[in-house]
Amino acid sequence: MGLYMKFFSMHLKSQMQYKTSFYFTALGQFLASFTVFLGIYFMFSIFEEVEGFAFSEVLLSFAVMLMAFSLAEMFGRGFDLFPRMLGNGQFDRALVRPRSIIFQTLAMQMDFTRLGRAAQALIVLIYAIPASGVHWSPDRFFTLFLMIVCGSLIFFALFMIYAAFSFFTVEGLEFMNIFTDGGVQFGRYPFSIYGEGILRFLTFVIPLALVQYYPLLYLLGREDSLLYMFAPLMGTIFLLPAYGFFRFGLSQYKSTGS
Amino acid sequence: MKKYFAIFHIRFVNTLQYRAAALAGLSTQFAWGFMLIFSFAAFYRVNPNSFPMEFSHTVSFIWIQQAFLALFALWFWDDDIANSILDGGIAYDLVRPINLYGKWFSTSAAKRLARAVLRCIPILFVAFILPAPYRLILPPSLLQFALFILSTTLGLGVVVAFAMLVYTSLFYTVSPSGIRVMVMVLGDFLSGGIVPLPFFPAPVRNVVELLPFASMLNMPARIYSGSIAGMDALSGILLQCFWLAALVLIGTLISRRVLKRVIVQGG
Amino acid sequence: MITLENINKTFRVAKRQAGFSNAFKALFSREYEHIHALSNVSFTINEGEMVGYIGPNGAGKSTTIKIMCGVLTPESGICQINGLTPWKHRISHVREIGVVFGQRSQLWWDVPVIDSFELIRDIYKTDRIAYKKNLEELSHLLELTEILKTPARSLSLGQRMRCEIAASLLHSPKILFLDEPTIGLDAPSKLAVRQFIKELNQKNGTTVLLTTHDMQDIEALSERILLIGKGKILLDGSLNELKKRATNRKTLIIEYAGKPPEICEGMSVIEDKNKRIIITLDPDVISITDAISRLSADTAISDLSIASITAEEMVAALYREYSI
Repeated sequence: MGLYMKFFSMHLKSQMQYKTSFYFTALGQFLASFTVFLGIYFMFSIFEEVEGFAFSEVLLSFAVMLMAFSLAEMFGRGFDLFPRMLGNGQFDRALVRPRSIIFQTLAMQMDFTRLGRAAQALIVLIYAIPASGVHWSPDRFFTLFLMIVCGSLIFFALFMIYAAFSFFTVEGLEFMNIFTDGGVQFGRYPFSIYGEGILRFLTFVIPLALVQYYPLLYLLGREDSLLYMFAPLMGTIFLLPAYGFFRFGLSQYKSTGS
Repeated sequence: MKKYFAIFHIRFVNTLQYRAAALAGLSTQFAWGFMLIFSFAAFYRVNPNSFPMEFSHTVSFIWIQQAFLALFALWFWDDDIANSILDGGIAYDLVRPINLYGKWFSTSAAKRLARAVLRCIPILFVAFILPAPYRLILPPSLLQFALFILSTTLGLGVVVAFAMLVYTSLFYTVSPSGIRVMVMVLGDFLSGGIVPLPFFPAPVRNVVELLPFASMLNMPARIYSGSIAGMDALSGILLQCFWLAALVLIGTLISRRVLKRVIVQGG
Repeated sequence: MITLENINKTFRVAKRQAGFSNAFKALFSREYEHIHALSNVSFTINEGEMVGYIGPNGAGKSTTIKIMCGVLTPESGICQINGLTPWKHRISHVREIGVVFGQRSQLWWDVPVIDSFELIRDIYKTDRIAYKKNLEELSHLLELTEILKTPARSLSLGQRMRCEIAASLLHSPKILFLDEPTIGLDAPSKLAVRQFIKELNQKNGTTVLLTTHDMQDIEALSERILLIGKGKILLDGSLNELKKRATNRKTLIIEYAGKPPEICEGMSVIEDKNKRIIITLDPDVISITDAISRLSADTAISDLSIASITAEEMVAALYREYSI
């Protein structure tokens, strides 16, 4: 952990070397998610609700997903930029250092400009928490916390799968965007609005609904079962196959060097 | 003209090489299109009467957007051009006896076109045979289709000319990457990339429809479905012509200035 | 001690053909080529040795180094370095080695060099006292004291390479792998780097394996040379042996006035212009003294020098001999 903090401060120092660029990029990030927010706002200026969710309730799911994603991008950036690290030899450098590969990949890249997105998420969250009409209680706050943390772990696992693919090919990685960028883009609405099939897919295959739709029902008091409250924790099981795939990719890389 | 064609040809072949990338892009766009349509469908179910477009027009809009993403998406960034301006690599281009703005314009347009041609065929094909509410319908008339082709060409021109403007002005900005993100994001939104313009509240929409961004994705995608037809379509196309001319003019002027600067600085 | 026995390594590379129709075909199917990057590579390097590893681009130098560093796993063969197999005991193995990839930096671009060094200290969990001692020594030998507070981006190439080398040695590795450490450096920096490597090897007994295209590096540093070509170790021996092996021809450089000298058997003209002729001769056919007297018989020679071939020429000759 001490070493991680050391890396953290190095990244901070590096990025603060270019303050203007940093602020502009962060602002750009903020703006990117702000236009998505505007899109939601425009839709709800025409419609009252969607699939039984009102504007402020939808905002909860938007903010949670955005926050989870920006955290994953900020701290899991190494996996997101993995193809580049493979290409420029940074990854080989990691391999000749006496630390775990996962740790080094995490530590070698951090991107604080993603705070721009996180800020947007935070603002919306601050608005939505009182506005959503949720009867806030400690267990509901805890659920919200789980949604964000476990959500970012799932996005992180998706980055890891993306990185694992890059051991095999540099082309065609784009399709992972469906789940990463798509996850946050479409996670702005509760996943149930996309229909039964999609919801099931996002429950059992890529468990993004476990950190969004189900716990949201618990927050809104539509479901009381603890299963809904702890759904995010179940979602984190997704880390296991992602990790396994990454290890597999790594062994492949070492034997092909491609 | 031959020179431009040669550049175009090299670009086209290069782009084709990336087969897996193309397939991946294709599936991404399909998934994307479906998710967008599903979300609009959910709103449509709530209240069909307050839906500001015909649902089939919205569906067409989304499929056209996905099929021609490479033509209209502002965030497709031509790294070669942007970098050669930023790191002074244009010094090499300056040696060649060719109009630099023209060369960049054709390279950029070629890149977009090559990508789009590859991707639009399967997307359009599948979108045409989908079941009813999600299907891409044919344009209402042959004339409308002709207007769509015209508008698409102009739209591509406006996108490229605008992007060129951004590339060249990056030279003057303190934070190219930051400015780039902001311009691209705003542009995409204002051209209907996130929600089509008819969903914008009326006062906002009246202004937005006059901006150059409305001449990008918005115009061809809506003309296709017939959401904009007749005189509206014609005046829309005139507006596109205006913006294309204006952007090319400003772009040429700025690029000349940038070149002078580069020469003075010695690359 | 480093031992490699029958190391084999194959890469699969997608063929890419030119042309429009081929590009289109590649959309649906793609042919692959198998390249034998290393075939039955074996050698032993003893503790404290300094070995130059040479060969043309793509011969397999980097692949060998990557295997020895634990970055790549070979298909077959044994590699033991200080009793460990690199790809099986990655972490304990890399603690004992230092690696400099000449074309890739391990320094942080935007922060002072010393910060990078301290981070490396923490990554290797180097004892603070040992680190301090190493840092002082390295700063002294590589003349880093002045530049430690400078961010890497503001360093010259030579300064940066000195820092890179220091960074790879902060944890006192027993073995140092240098992959083209002098590439792109100006003459004084090259000399400084060579001088340092020599001292490191002689004083600390660090084992050094060095790849380079610069034969002056080899001439200055290595007693022993490994030549690799097309994935095979072709030669393993001392620089002098190799020179002898490559050719025992002598070169004469003659400046003359009037008509050019007459060439006889055993000589061949390399160049003849501006009244200056370069001749190589085979001492088995004609001795140097005979050659000079024959040449000067009809020609007024104003200057004459005799040279044996340079390392550069030797390598070129070797590459030709093995057609690699």
